[in-house]
Amino acid sequence: MPFVNWLKRHLVVIAGLVTLGYLLLPNIVVTVFSFNKPKGRFNYAWQQFSLDAWKDPCGVADMCGSLSLSLQIAFWATLGATALGTMIAFALVRYRFRARGAVNSMIFLPMAMPEVVMAASLLTLFLNMGAQLGFWTILIAHIMFCLSFVVVAVKARVMSMDPRLEQAAQDLYAGPAQTFLRVTLPIAAPGIAAGALLSFALSFDDFIITNFNAGSTVTFPMFVWGSAQRGTPVQINVIGTAMFLVAVLFVLASMLITHRRTKQKA
Amino acid sequence: MAAATGAPPLTPGTEEPKPPRRRGRLTPYWLLLPGLLWLVVFFALPMIYQASTSVQTGSLEDGYKVTWHFVTYWDALAEYWPQFLRSVLYAAAATVLCLLLGYPLAYLIAFRAGRWRNLIMILVIAPFFTSFLIRTLAWKTILADSGPVVGALNTLHVLDVTSWLGWTAGDRVLATPLAVVCGLTYNFLPFMILPLYTSLERIDGRLHEAAGDLYAKPSTTFRKVTFPLSMPGVVSGTLLTFIPAAGDYVNSELLGSTDTRMIGNVIQTQFLRILDYPTAAALSFILMATILFMVTFYIRRSGTEDLV
Repeated sequence: MPFVNWLKRHLVVIAGLVTLGYLLLPNIVVTVFSFNKPKGRFNYAWQQFSLDAWKDPCGVADMCGSLSLSLQIAFWATLGATALGTMIAFALVRYRFRARGAVNSMIFLPMAMPEVVMAASLLTLFLNMGAQLGFWTILIAHIMFCLSFVVVAVKARVMSMDPRLEQAAQDLYAGPAQTFLRVTLPIAAPGIAAGALLSFALSFDDFIITNFNAGSTVTFPMFVWGSAQRGTPVQINVIGTAMFLVAVLFVLASMLITHRRTKQKA
Repeated sequence: MAAATGAPPLTPGTEEPKPPRRRGRLTPYWLLLPGLLWLVVFFALPMIYQASTSVQTGSLEDGYKVTWHFVTYWDALAEYWPQFLRSVLYAAAATVLCLLLGYPLAYLIAFRAGRWRNLIMILVIAPFFTSFLIRTLAWKTILADSGPVVGALNTLHVLDVTSWLGWTAGDRVLATPLAVVCGLTYNFLPFMILPLYTSLERIDGRLHEAAGDLYAKPSTTFRKVTFPLSMPGVVSGTLLTFIPAAGDYVNSELLGSTDTRMIGNVIQTQFLRILDYPTAAALSFILMATILFMVTFYIRRSGTEDLV
């Protein structure tokens, strides 16, 4: 029974590929349906091929506005969370101090909390303070939940770094500032970049916390949520497809660059 | 980063000469201060506000006062225990499915993918960059009543079995528990795969050879060597799946019906539509306590405390 043997040997591969298919199926549907011309308000059933949505991606009222708002919030949230998170990560790896355990659990807890709990409690705070819900409350919330992820990403990188490199720099008469800028920071950079990238993705895609703390401000995920009730324009799929392509190209390009660099070094 | 580089030692006499940037005794505190302050004010403090709101009584017009009205908790549980139970059950089902689906893929990437490894890795991560709401809506198309998936399941009489179990209703999949669990599984699958992959990748390949040399069958090798060594990944993967799934209300709202409402849906409606803040706060507090209790218990049981 050669076939059964083959199946046995490749069972893991087949099961893994099935999972991969499950993961990618919605993306395929999103892409295909970006070329659809739906009859009613909802873009759930295939009607006929059309390039209308691709020709006019901003043809839906308010959609591109919400997209640009989401990009802005994601940019500032990434900047804030990366700066604050990197500082915490350095403190945790490089220094001894009191209450380290408390600091660690303060970092861990936001990641172990269902989003809806953070969202609801933050809203009670804002309501009690009488804060105006909108751009700033969204930004505050996003920096809060992205922070921990940056700390984890940067910490992992700084921890695996050889401390003798910095000592060598000092031996070669580099001052603390010079050591930090020319040795420490470049080595920690991939961790910081990973944290920043993760922050951007988390912030851009966040719905639950934003839904609670946005007031009447509409980010892109909130726009999609609203359209699920009112009618889904095809343009949503265009944006989804474009985002997927940009992400894949971005990752491929960065891999190509690292690949070239390692080749050059070798 | 001025604090990291230029902070002068505040207590000159006790200065340590060796590790260069341990000089300033206060440096770590300056580094921690802004970030921790952010977390204290916008994460910890809101929890306290929420706890306080949950024991208040009053109305939107007259304002709320703390009256230690713990009955709210009792009332909330009495009214919404089905949604609570449902959340735990759906999240548990999604977690088990994620583990069953995710393990082979993580294993494939770690040991069998060869030069395809990076490509598959990209394909696992890339969907993250398309809004998860759009991807969840795509399941409406995939599981549509007249679609090929439902058609196939009908022909194979799978839907008869699942309806009998109460997972689906009639010949529909959308608006049933199955659709919600399917969406939850889909949404949190990468959170299972990535930690699994990380811990599988660390396993020394020679251990597999050693097991083989000692006449272990592949299945025994997996049971006695690979799986135990991947336990840290299994634990963090299940946590990263279960916690967000238990609090989720997006999948239930988009793919489910009023019969599949989870606790997240209730909290959201109470907070944003009915504006019954004490009940919403109490429910949210109960959810938080339940999750923290379960997580602590689980981490203790699985003996991976160093993971945190």
